[in-house]
Amino acid sequence: MTISIRSVEKKFGRYPALNQVDLEIADGELVALLGPSGSGKTTLLRTIAGLEFPDEGQVLFENEDVTFASAAARRVGFVFQQYALFKHMTVAKNIAFGLDVRKGKDKPNKAEIARRVDELLKLVELDGLGKRYPSQLSGGQRQRVALSRALAVQPSVLLLDEPFGALDATVRKSLRKELRRVHDATGVTTIFVTHDQEEALELADRVAILNAGRIEQIGTPDEVHDHPATPFVCGFVGEANRFEGVVSGQRFTAGPVVLAAPNAPDGEAVAFVRPHDLVLDAAGFPARVERVVIQGPLANIDASLPDGRRIDISVARDEAVQFTGEIRLSARRTHVFGV
Amino acid sequence: MAAARARHPTEDPVWAKVLIIGLMLVFLGLVLILPLVAVFAEALRKGLQPALEAIGAADALAAIKLSLITAAIAVPFNAVFGLCASWAIAKHHFPGKALLITLIDLPFSVSPVVAGLMYVMVFGLQGWFGERLIDHDIKIIFATPGIILATIFVTFPFIARELIPLMQEQGVSEEEAAVSMGASGLYTFWRVTAPNVRWGLLYGVLLCNARAMGEFGAVSVVSGHIRGLTNTMPLHVEILYNEYDFVAAFAVAALLCLLAILTLVLKGVLEIAQPDVKRGGGH
Amino acid sequence: MAPFGARRRILDDDHPMTAETISMSRPPAARRPLFRRRSALPGFGLTLGVTLTILSLIVLIPLSAIAIKASSLSPAQFVAAAFSERAIAAYRLSFGAAFVAAVINGVFGVLTTWALVRYDFPGKSVVNALVDLPFALPTAVAGIALATLYSPNGWVGQYLTPLGIKAAYNPVGVTIALTFIGLPFVVRTLEPVMRDLSADVEEAAASLGAGRIDTILRVILPALGPAWLTGFALAFARGVGEYGSVIFIAGNMPYKSEIAPLLIIIQLEQFEYANAAAIALVMLGVSFLMLLIINAVQAWSRRFS
Repeated sequence: MTISIRSVEKKFGRYPALNQVDLEIADGELVALLGPSGSGKTTLLRTIAGLEFPDEGQVLFENEDVTFASAAARRVGFVFQQYALFKHMTVAKNIAFGLDVRKGKDKPNKAEIARRVDELLKLVELDGLGKRYPSQLSGGQRQRVALSRALAVQPSVLLLDEPFGALDATVRKSLRKELRRVHDATGVTTIFVTHDQEEALELADRVAILNAGRIEQIGTPDEVHDHPATPFVCGFVGEANRFEGVVSGQRFTAGPVVLAAPNAPDGEAVAFVRPHDLVLDAAGFPARVERVVIQGPLANIDASLPDGRRIDISVARDEAVQFTGEIRLSARRTHVFGV
Repeated sequence: MAAARARHPTEDPVWAKVLIIGLMLVFLGLVLILPLVAVFAEALRKGLQPALEAIGAADALAAIKLSLITAAIAVPFNAVFGLCASWAIAKHHFPGKALLITLIDLPFSVSPVVAGLMYVMVFGLQGWFGERLIDHDIKIIFATPGIILATIFVTFPFIARELIPLMQEQGVSEEEAAVSMGASGLYTFWRVTAPNVRWGLLYGVLLCNARAMGEFGAVSVVSGHIRGLTNTMPLHVEILYNEYDFVAAFAVAALLCLLAILTLVLKGVLEIAQPDVKRGGGH
Repeated sequence: MAPFGARRRILDDDHPMTAETISMSRPPAARRPLFRRRSALPGFGLTLGVTLTILSLIVLIPLSAIAIKASSLSPAQFVAAAFSERAIAAYRLSFGAAFVAAVINGVFGVLTTWALVRYDFPGKSVVNALVDLPFALPTAVAGIALATLYSPNGWVGQYLTPLGIKAAYNPVGVTIALTFIGLPFVVRTLEPVMRDLSADVEEAAASLGAGRIDTILRVILPALGPAWLTGFALAFARGVGEYGSVIFIAGNMPYKSEIAPLLIIIQLEQFEYANAAAIALVMLGVSFLMLLIINAVQAWSRRFS
């Protein structure tokens, strides 16, 4: 199922939640909508689902306009942030709900529904828990029930709103892999919302980064990380040191910091340097090491510039010994944006 | 060891506890408990037999019947209204919501006598529809329909204001999940929303019913006090009392007390079993 | 690596989406619904329609009937009816007694709530249930019970008479009845707030050296302020309009122990409909004012939470 979002706008009162959003999603893709809270990512997901309706623009499924079609007509599977499991129904009843509500010849018979429920429970590794109630499950198990409930209707597209937001770190990681596995097994076009960049970069084929109701950049995880299109993306995805300064003759200067800025036009600019892109260089700008923190294979170095500002440097643990006292640095790669 | 236990900083000294509980019991005794005891004492002043006879009298039975009919119509009416209003208000966004909630609460702040008066102004002999109603031989004021209308008005907010905060708290995602899987609106309401609010609904119905059976001021204005015909139980109590038939008056009053106590017991049970239902709404 | 594979998958897609194909393949826009869909959940129009219709028929239109009836009077007639000496005496009694009763409930309501929330004592659940008795007990029953208790030869009244206090058939009796009616409003408004007062705050105050009395006066009571005011206003508003529990104990002497709602009924019985409407309009005005004050207090208190 291909999905196209064309010039969608949505306001809540006076507050613009979505502002001229365009997005094309290919069949079978796994796409992450990444952004800070209030960026419009959940509104966009709900607009695709048919749970919100845009003020302007179109939503197309397979080139068919579904802008004002109901969620049910779109055959979407939606996994809610807090799962929205029906508290008074068993796990099996929850999963069967989408099949139970069908009418006439579309409705599978009881045995067929039971078989499908078992299949889905197996898919999310919850065999044997069909008779439990949601309150008797752990957070991770509830999440899996929500996922299989959404899959039960064989949706044309699977939509997940912060699917791992309510879980602790270890469960989160294993469920991430699980979602990828389920996606690959079913091949269903999948879109999920997250504010966690690590989750988006690890899981998704492509990442759409939203800010203030606009899509800032859409691309593969390495594209958005290595070639950020806007200052926002650069600051939001991955760690970065931010400098405000001036470009003149392909050189960016901000106080004591001087960085190469090839192809950047002259004028005021902001520059971002990833901590792992900073290297020792006798011809570079001066800094002083304040503290070295070893984190597993990496060393994070807290350094200060002559004007008192702090910068973060990240190197392999073995190289950390070279970072003592006064050092000189240069950047392997700099992202410069005109202001 | 007999060492004195140190008092936790948030705990009051014993003398303060005793004083506060004592003052509370004296106050509640004078204002709440003694009146309750007095009703039963006065009802049984001449023994059980006269009290039972007073309740079994034809006029009393007619009053009980009218009260039951009134509650049987007013409570379901307000339940339907409450469900509609809470679905619209709690599950959707629209401008003017706060004003609508305030308007639904309005009957709580209107004097029951004013409530009765306004129906007289609309349906009474001198009212808007007075002459037309006479032409068609329809009696609303000084008849059962007026009593029911006045009762609906004074109990109007009870169920809605129990359900609205409850539904708001539960959010919309369960309903959205059901709808996105193809469930119809009614199916979603019965299978998803209703099970989540049933105890709150019961709580509201309980309070609504107590007030509906006991309403006096509003009903008194529209009833006309026709014995055996337009007297509800509280009005019957008033008539007996004003006729100095104290035993009979207190006997019927005792019946209403038993209903009140039953209401409080059920309410307490519900609050213990389903702590969610209690949100200080049911005035 | 996954990202590479993914990218290839997009490029290999059967329908590569270029700017050209998009503009050519743009399907006709779906017809906009007549009313813009606001919500994914159905039934909004129906339920809101039913709500507004019932609200109008039961509450708003009948209420307006009073204003319309009162407007049939000339301004001079209106003042004569609504602010006659007898009416003013009745307002003074209704508002005064309701105010005093609300003050009494304000004091004992705090004590009662404090005991219910903070202390354990035998019979606590019974006391807790009894607090709601005025909600559940028909007002007429409360009225005759209180009249009997506080009449000069009643259980309580017989001890008051030697002290020179005439409770029943007097403004004092009105106040007693309104105290009964108003108590649960204060307790049930205070209770959730008092329950939510976290022990941390008190412990913090104690750790900073405040004594128990200081903590109560400077930390706890101010935090209860808005809820107390709301409960007070609710009890007062209910008391002003109360009828059933009052008329039996009031004595109903014009100029002395006649409450405003009773005056409306008297006007009605004399077929002075417009005069009754005029007095009712004044009372409605006060009700709206109280409603506004309560809403304002609640909006104000929300700033602290």
